[in-house]
Amino acid sequence: MTDIYLDNNATTKVDRAVVDAMIPYFLEQYGNPSSIHKFADGVARGIKQARQQVQNLIGCEHDSEIIFTSCGTESNSTAILSAIKAQPNKKEIITTTVEHPAILSLCEYLEKEGYTIHRLPVDKAGRLNLESYKKLLSDEVAIVSVMWANNETGTIFPVAEMAEMANAAGVMFHTDAVQAVGKIPMMLQDTKIDMLSLSGHKLHAPKGIGVLYLRRGTRYRPLLRGGHQERGRRAGTENSASIVGLGKACELALEFIEYENTKVKAMRDRLERGITEQIPHCFVTGDLYNRLPNTTDIAFEYIEGESILMLLNKAGIAASSGSACTSGSLEPSHVMRAMDIPYTAAHGTIRFSFSRYNTMSEVDEVLKVMPGIVATLRKLSPYWDSINNAPVTNPEQAFQPTYA
Amino acid sequence: MWDYSDKVKEHFFNPKNAGAVVDANATGEVGSISCGDALRLTLKVDDATEVILEAGFQTFGCGSAIASSSVLTEIIKGMTLDEALKVTNQDIADQLEGLPPEKMHCSVMGREALQAAIANYRGEEWKDDHEEGALICKCFAIDAVMIEEMVWANKLRTVQDVTNFTKAGGGCAACHEDIEAILEKVLAEKGEKFDPNAAPVETPVKIAAVKAPLTNLQRIKKIEQVLESLRPSLMADGGDVELVEVIGNTAYVNMTGACNGCQMAAMTIAGIQQRLMEVMGEFIKVVPATEMAKLVNIEAVS
Repeated sequence: MTDIYLDNNATTKVDRAVVDAMIPYFLEQYGNPSSIHKFADGVARGIKQARQQVQNLIGCEHDSEIIFTSCGTESNSTAILSAIKAQPNKKEIITTTVEHPAILSLCEYLEKEGYTIHRLPVDKAGRLNLESYKKLLSDEVAIVSVMWANNETGTIFPVAEMAEMANAAGVMFHTDAVQAVGKIPMMLQDTKIDMLSLSGHKLHAPKGIGVLYLRRGTRYRPLLRGGHQERGRRAGTENSASIVGLGKACELALEFIEYENTKVKAMRDRLERGITEQIPHCFVTGDLYNRLPNTTDIAFEYIEGESILMLLNKAGIAASSGSACTSGSLEPSHVMRAMDIPYTAAHGTIRFSFSRYNTMSEVDEVLKVMPGIVATLRKLSPYWDSINNAPVTNPEQAFQPTYA
Repeated sequence: MWDYSDKVKEHFFNPKNAGAVVDANATGEVGSISCGDALRLTLKVDDATEVILEAGFQTFGCGSAIASSSVLTEIIKGMTLDEALKVTNQDIADQLEGLPPEKMHCSVMGREALQAAIANYRGEEWKDDHEEGALICKCFAIDAVMIEEMVWANKLRTVQDVTNFTKAGGGCAACHEDIEAILEKVLAEKGEKFDPNAAPVETPVKIAAVKAPLTNLQRIKKIEQVLESLRPSLMADGGDVELVEVIGNTAYVNMTGACNGCQMAAMTIAGIQQRLMEVMGEFIKVVPATEMAKLVNIEAVS
């Protein structure tokens, strides 16, 4: 049996067609797009085509609104730092408690520099409260940055509505759409979103290429200054092969967007149903009715995620976990904590994220091994009563280890 | 994922002594569910001889937590309680052929569960004496709590101070921003301001840098001085260093105590070498004395 890859929210396999599209830009058209000779004359055309392919996928009005960057993190940093540089008198930023570290770490840093950061909390299903969001919008706010979809649970935030609200209050709106682009349809020209980040490696393009969408007319200050590349908005020689690859990947993503929301979703649903029906004391986290079609995040109570991953890996299955141990930190994932998932479950969350390369028979394979893996680890758990095959009565009281 | 040794994987995939000992007369429960690690160790102790007849573990935790628990039960079976109390977390890590620095706390948890179980058997109350913070220096496995305490206790002001007193930041230097953040925080609590250019606090022995070239005798004296100044921080970790021989620019040292066989020994030696070069203003190579025999022999032959 070949290995099963269910960690597509972490990164994806590069599509063969993407690799094929890139190769000429390493071996033949390797000239600097700024040069005037035959090694370069096709590069500008290739980049222009890629810009249009990205434009088609995200539905923006002009291809000049696409700025190629090195990754999602660069796009995020550029967006937020641009907003505060362009509006130096505004000292507040609105974001959420469940953003990716690419946003949260930057905000923490800006907090030290004197910025006020409003982090919108989420409820137990990972949803935001738009009323409290509305109250925070003011002239003091430089930018709102809210992810389109959460990387761990797949929960989708109402960014279009939130952008309207920000726009009405005269506040810039940025969305980290790294997990959403290519998985759900979008038409940016119909929204008031000013900036959007996307990352190539989440949609079968290579790592090291990203995009910042910048609505025409949005006040902007570049992060990298230098040459005239990207119309002076992001200096540095173009990563031409990867840009072309990203373009191809966007074209394919658009082609497969219906497949993603029907076939891929069906695989996710079958796995989720199978696991929750067969295994006691587990539950799906996030907003079940408003999620990415490819993601399920399941909390297995009384056991720990890294152990589950190691046993899954032994069975040839790749997934990921929100447990503390997998990251080397002392706390479980901030997303699980924000949703108030109890520690006994938060450490045991496993995220399965699909792509169009997965198959139904892979789902069946996972369903075959998962109950055994959970049972094996529960046998070792001090919170589990092996004789009755159930949690001990009052688990949190029954086992209270000493800790300073 | 983590680079676990084969031994860790072996104990994780086939744990020994999993589950509670049925008629146990000693139980130790340690860990923290918020951190995602918790261990219950149950023992059956022979009342007459105090020999551990059986040991069982129940662990909520990651691969290395389960492996540490498993190997611990294997180590202590057949020991008397007094012998078992001498088992250190390093013994557990060594039996597992090493643990990543971020995972050393799993072996600490094993040792603590053992102490707690023995205290339980003897009717004593066991208190955890350490508090663990976020891991700051990955080269030397130093956490935030440890650094904060040292900053408070020794009135440290600069990153160099922190490195001198705790070793944190003395390796790859990637954590210097985090150390500065801790200094900023602690100094703010004391009503002071962090100044990256502040004069360093008095180190236990202050050694003036010298101008090369040195005579061999001067070099040896200087090396001894530097090693002397570094010993307190090594001894704080239960280790020590002694100078065995100096041949040319190469200093042969013995790492003793906890340093002996410690996975960090190589990093520590690199730290010593760096300090020596800073003070002496010339290239000095520090080599474990165990390597000396080979080298001397080669020299003798050639």
